[in-house]
Amino acid sequence: MSLISTLARMEAVRDGRARPVVTVRHRHVAERPCVFVPLTTAGEAGAPLGAMVGTERDAPRLLFVAQPRDRDLRSAFLAELADALLPYLEEFGDAVELEQRKETDPGTGRKVPVEVELCADAPQLLVPSAAGVEYVRLLGRSMRFRRTAEQDPDAPHPAPPRVPMLGRWLTHFGERARVPGSSLLLAMTQVLGRHWATGQSVLEDQHLGSLLAWIDPPQGVPGPEAALRAELARGPDGLLVHPPAGPATDPVFDNKRLAPAVARYDRARAAVLEASAHRFAPARAELAAAESEIRELLATQLRPTWDAVWHGVDLLRTLPEGARVAERWKRDRWSYTAHRDRVRAGEPPQPRRDDAVTAARKLAARESAQAQLDAQEALDDPLVMAGRRLAGEAFAGEVAEVVMEYTEAKVPRPRPLVTVRTADAPLLAEGVALHRALPDGRSQSAEFVAYDPAGPGILTVRLTGGMGRGKVPDAGSVPEVGDRVCWTLFEHAPRGGPELPDPERTPWTHGGPPAEGPAEAPDPVTAEDLL
Amino acid sequence: MDKAALARAVGAPVTFGQSQFAFVRGHSFEARVKSDGGAELVRLLHDRLADGSPAPGPGSVDTPDLSATGLQGRTARTALALREATAAGRWAVLDHPLLALTVAGTPAYLEPDAIVVHPDGGWTVVEIKSFAMIDGSADAAKVGAAARQAAVYALALEAVAERMAEGAAAVREQALLVCPKDFSNLPAAALVDLRKPLATTRRQLERLTGVAEIAAGLPEGTTFDLCPADDGRTPTRPADELAEALDAVAAAYAPECLAACELAFHCRARARAADSVQTLGRGVRAELGGLTTVASVLAAAAGEAGSPDDPAVAALRRASALRAEALALAPADEGALAGAGR
Repeated sequence: MSLISTLARMEAVRDGRARPVVTVRHRHVAERPCVFVPLTTAGEAGAPLGAMVGTERDAPRLLFVAQPRDRDLRSAFLAELADALLPYLEEFGDAVELEQRKETDPGTGRKVPVEVELCADAPQLLVPSAAGVEYVRLLGRSMRFRRTAEQDPDAPHPAPPRVPMLGRWLTHFGERARVPGSSLLLAMTQVLGRHWATGQSVLEDQHLGSLLAWIDPPQGVPGPEAALRAELARGPDGLLVHPPAGPATDPVFDNKRLAPAVARYDRARAAVLEASAHRFAPARAELAAAESEIRELLATQLRPTWDAVWHGVDLLRTLPEGARVAERWKRDRWSYTAHRDRVRAGEPPQPRRDDAVTAARKLAARESAQAQLDAQEALDDPLVMAGRRLAGEAFAGEVAEVVMEYTEAKVPRPRPLVTVRTADAPLLAEGVALHRALPDGRSQSAEFVAYDPAGPGILTVRLTGGMGRGKVPDAGSVPEVGDRVCWTLFEHAPRGGPELPDPERTPWTHGGPPAEGPAEAPDPVTAEDLL
Repeated sequence: MDKAALARAVGAPVTFGQSQFAFVRGHSFEARVKSDGGAELVRLLHDRLADGSPAPGPGSVDTPDLSATGLQGRTARTALALREATAAGRWAVLDHPLLALTVAGTPAYLEPDAIVVHPDGGWTVVEIKSFAMIDGSADAAKVGAAARQAAVYALALEAVAERMAEGAAAVREQALLVCPKDFSNLPAAALVDLRKPLATTRRQLERLTGVAEIAAGLPEGTTFDLCPADDGRTPTRPADELAEALDAVAAAYAPECLAACELAFHCRARARAADSVQTLGRGVRAELGGLTTVASVLAAAAGEAGSPDDPAVAALRRASALRAEALALAPADEGALAGAGR
């Protein structure tokens, strides 16, 4: 945590409500995002308990599993989830725009421009917390290797048709969420925490309810009090007034409410199976009642979180979008389009483990995305830039003097010396490269020359580019005396490292080319689940 | 001492509890792993070690009986069983042994899930956990916690090994972590390196102030006795008296405590009331020098207190000025950010 954000947290303590740590919104918020609030069964991996999902805040779709250990009920849940999510995830695949891209021609080895499709927009999934993002990954993993009856007629417990497809999409979204600055799948606590500082620690900010209470407390209640209530208040029945945002449920809820209801459901189902003909109808009614009881119980746990996520969406929409957010969202659209193409080309699901080249490529992409995000956020937002200036990675000041100088080449090029007066303390050494954003958005390179011996805070910078081709610099490309300028020590559009080889050309040091093995087998069925 | 009961008695919320679903699942998994008298555990361990030793055949795993009365009795029984099993030079699995470890001058009793004795006299701590290992990897935070737990057991085991003849027994530096494999209830195992957590735990235990020493520093008559009523549960001692006793003991609250200690909410309330900067996170203190309260930090940042020669104060003033300057650049947005929403 930087000193500036620490200070913001202290201001929040003083004011009793959250304080901004940014001046613009740094993440894309879709016009019609899809909110997904999952719940899971305690102690079991990938056994969903229920979910609220949808794009309309007034009409969430509630899905639930009456007995989470029953494989068939779980399958039915996943099929319903596919029903609820897939149309939304796939509907953005058809509206496309054409983009020019350079690709290497396999015949000549030359780079040639090709026209490729780029989806005009992409879906956006919002989950309440970072644990929700992990759960999306887990759901994706549990579904994508399942086989449908069509693929494998002999397998016991075939998956409903669309389930493996949803698994692949969720895997893709979960994987994309690991790229810094991406917005295909967002955790509300993380996005809100990026924009506001509360008067509590980062750990406590993981609780969506208390985070929201700090940012936008109910009328007349101080933030800390509202946050404490959201975090801990329990009703007379011992249940949390604000249930946790999941996917884990409150143990007290599990023990006091859910477990008895599930037991009742199990008894009712056994009764239906054993019922004689004339007892059948009442037994069925009993089962339906037990089912709807569980449904109601889960709704009480899911609805507050559902509303909280939408509340977060409202708050985010009050902020103006940062200038470079659209550029990052375009990368998300590329990512979405690429996965759409893989699905359409009939490629198999993502493997359990990436091969060496894919893993290295993903890591490199995340690293350069992080560097880009850091640079872009600072350029979009003076408050973020202030943090970089405090850290000595940038400095801003007023131009005191401009001296024109030229290179000694045959055709002299302008290399003006600019003297700046600044109160910042950048970490500079002679010849360090500097960067400045020009009014048209391009970045101009420069290098540090020297501190002025006349006094502290006066330094000289030599511009080295971005002034056009002629002897006379382009209009507006050289600052004038009195201008306020901001130079950064970091690049504005950092690029990743060198290109990696194709998977077929993986060097032996990294295990050689991946073996052309059989398709990944589905997870084996075990006798442990109740059936 | 029952810290949860104490927390309840002073009116602090206690959020610890386990869902019965998790409880049932955890137990059924552990029972399944141990169902065949430990042969499965030894097979998993041997598999993981892959040291070329002959595989344990049927009937080659001993499971000594560890039942005894009382904590001390069970500890002694465990030590005896360990000695016998090591002398026998065969595989043996000790199911829920009891170990003793001196913590801050007082003995603490520990019950690992199992200990495996190797034919060569090595001892391996086994941790059976119910979080899943998916495609060979599990939640790093949970694995880390399991490793720290196993390190404490290994330390306690070392004390037993030291009392044996030189070189007769050695505690292995790797623990066996057994988890459900993928989405099934089948066991998957991995060896977890204990060297680092062992070193950390050892250092922490050495640095702990002895309980006797802490008690000596307390006012005469300080007690956490709840004075339970006749039902043995309802405390009759007034809450403020208990809180006073609690306040007599120094506590270094950090937000991480919330996940580990029943009294954390009490300490947090106390730290917040004292306006301590610690409530904002452990790292915060580092950059603030001698300033320990939020009010003093804000006063220093605003230039109302502190000397500008103090580097922490100077940095704070610089940060505060930069922040104010940037916020002033976006006055319209500030309103939206601060007033949020409605």
